[in-house]
Amino acid sequence: MDEIGALMHGFAVILTPLNIGLMFVGIILGVLIGVLPGLGGANGVAILLPLTFSMSPTSAIIMLSCIYWGALFGGAITSILFNIPGEPWSVATTFDGHPMAQQGRAGEALTTAFTSSFVGAFVAVVMITFLAPLVAKFALKFGAPEFFSVYLLTFCSFVGMGKGSPFKTLLSMALGFALAAVGTDTVTGQLRLTFGQVELMRGFDFLIAVIGLFGIGEILLSMEEGLKFSGKSAKLDPKVVLQTWKQLPAYWATYLRSSLIGIWMGITPGGATPASFMSYGVAKKMSKKGARFGTGETEGVVAPETAAHAAGTSALLPMIALGIPGSPTAAVLLGGLLIWGLQPGPLLFVEQKDFVWGLIASMYLGNVVGLIVVLSTVPLFAAILRIPFSIIAPVIIVICAIGAYTVHNAVLDIWFMLGFGVVGYLFKKIDIPLAPLVLAIVLGDKAEDSFRQAMLSSQGDLGIMWANPLVGSITTLALVMLLWPLLSKGLALLRSPRPRKSDDPTPGPIDTRVT
Amino acid sequence: MSQEHPEAAGRPVTTTCVVEAAIALVLLVAGIVVIVESRRLGAGWTTDGPGSGYFPFYIGLIIAVSSAAILVQALFGKNRNRAVFIDTAQLKRVMSVLLPAAAYVLAVKLFGLYVASAVYIALFMIVLGKYSWLKSIAVALAVNGLLFFMFELWFKVPLYKGTLDPLRFFVR
Repeated sequence: MDEIGALMHGFAVILTPLNIGLMFVGIILGVLIGVLPGLGGANGVAILLPLTFSMSPTSAIIMLSCIYWGALFGGAITSILFNIPGEPWSVATTFDGHPMAQQGRAGEALTTAFTSSFVGAFVAVVMITFLAPLVAKFALKFGAPEFFSVYLLTFCSFVGMGKGSPFKTLLSMALGFALAAVGTDTVTGQLRLTFGQVELMRGFDFLIAVIGLFGIGEILLSMEEGLKFSGKSAKLDPKVVLQTWKQLPAYWATYLRSSLIGIWMGITPGGATPASFMSYGVAKKMSKKGARFGTGETEGVVAPETAAHAAGTSALLPMIALGIPGSPTAAVLLGGLLIWGLQPGPLLFVEQKDFVWGLIASMYLGNVVGLIVVLSTVPLFAAILRIPFSIIAPVIIVICAIGAYTVHNAVLDIWFMLGFGVVGYLFKKIDIPLAPLVLAIVLGDKAEDSFRQAMLSSQGDLGIMWANPLVGSITTLALVMLLWPLLSKGLALLRSPRPRKSDDPTPGPIDTRVT
Repeated sequence: MSQEHPEAAGRPVTTTCVVEAAIALVLLVAGIVVIVESRRLGAGWTTDGPGSGYFPFYIGLIIAVSSAAILVQALFGKNRNRAVFIDTAQLKRVMSVLLPAAAYVLAVKLFGLYVASAVYIALFMIVLGKYSWLKSIAVALAVNGLLFFMFELWFKVPLYKGTLDPLRFFVR
């Protein structure tokens, strides 16, 4: 078992007082980000990224990933106590978590949520430990066409698995690519889409976009709704924690199922939000107490929290092994790697052993630290939520502005951030998904490079995307994903043929070919 | 739809599908701009491989086609969303954050991040939160003090002091 040895080496790398300290700081900042409306995992990490420029990459990634874990934990606090999901992936937690709090079982609900998060993350980290090196080893054989086909698959799955209009997902994605293309062309050195503006030569940094889209956009949305906090007070005494822990093993099947759902949705870029909903839905269908879901069932908290955390964690697998992030926050972390001069992708396992295994080890420790921190500090964070929005809103805008400024030390970027904020607000209101946009800004240059290299080696023949079984099957899978909205419509028509006219009972020829 | 919320005093401003169509139209234009610009850069095959506009050309194409599709759906679709996009009360609340934020960014350019942030937080609290002057200024100073320690001293990230640099008296 090479992995165990490497993991132990990873623990040795991270177990320094500085790194442990950074872990605590990261978790606390992360929970804070998760609790505050308008600050989420992705833009929280984006804002704090410049603070880590002076650290070693290992310390920096430990702190940033702990912010990520903290944000995943923090979302549950607001959902349960205030019925306000701090993060989109904790919406499903409100269904049963808040009724539990209203019945005076807030402590039980919080303990269940945190423990479930921990279990989900733990299962996912174990999976990453053993799977990531294999995937990376496999990916070392990849050439440009293979990489492009994997990028293609990533983006096509957004279209195939998204809930809304596929055109909106496509549009969001293409806009991201277009924004990524602004600036100097990495291959020819030509200026692209700058329209003679010197300031545009830098291009659009994805950090600015993330801070604007997710930070400012969220503030505008909360403001529109006229946010008001009114919730339960929370005290977690050790007795409640222990009592809850005694009950939880009974839900082992839910834990297992939700972890698997989360891991699957995390690796494919479905993300934590659909994972939590799907897991809640499946648990409701399969549980004996399914009919009582929504009235304060413990299992209704277990399912979404386990899946969300498993998804959030396993989104890091494709990032570490292939250099392809599974979620916007993973994309920000990947951007961090690039800034520190590391080349994300399969070579990391060969060239940056300390870094990769340090990161994986920090996932284990970070989650343990996270569980301890959240169980002991809930009342503190609940108190923060009682600060009125008219104080929190300007402070968050100031923090976002500072975050945007520190990326390039440019004031113009603060304007861009504000612009992205308006875009984020409008897009959210008309259901254009933001995650594909962010991922495309981050991956734009890399995807384009691999596309051009592939085209160069084949002299412009798209057939290279089917040149061998590997690249061919990935590309085909990507196209199936892309056309999935059409295919599933066709399948649905086949299954329930509507008798439009009594003399025409057979489905059309196009429908039959689909299968 | 708006009758369901008697406490929301605002009149509906516009419906969602109208906003959708407007955004789609803007992005359609953006897509065409990307296509035209990519063709100018060389969207085809040059002597040393694909030109600079090769990839962006297709991106522009996807933007144009998908925004055209959204435009058609928003204008003529059977299930187009006729719900109220925003009412006057909501618009007022959004603008009460957005406009001061724009003024704040303008102030950053002149007075730097610290001074502009302190004034912004204080004014936001006084005007929108109806807090007393004393309390607002105390919060603004405390937040900025904390930021100053965090960025300038602990993490050694100097922030923008503005073209007028009102804090130059404090420079050691």
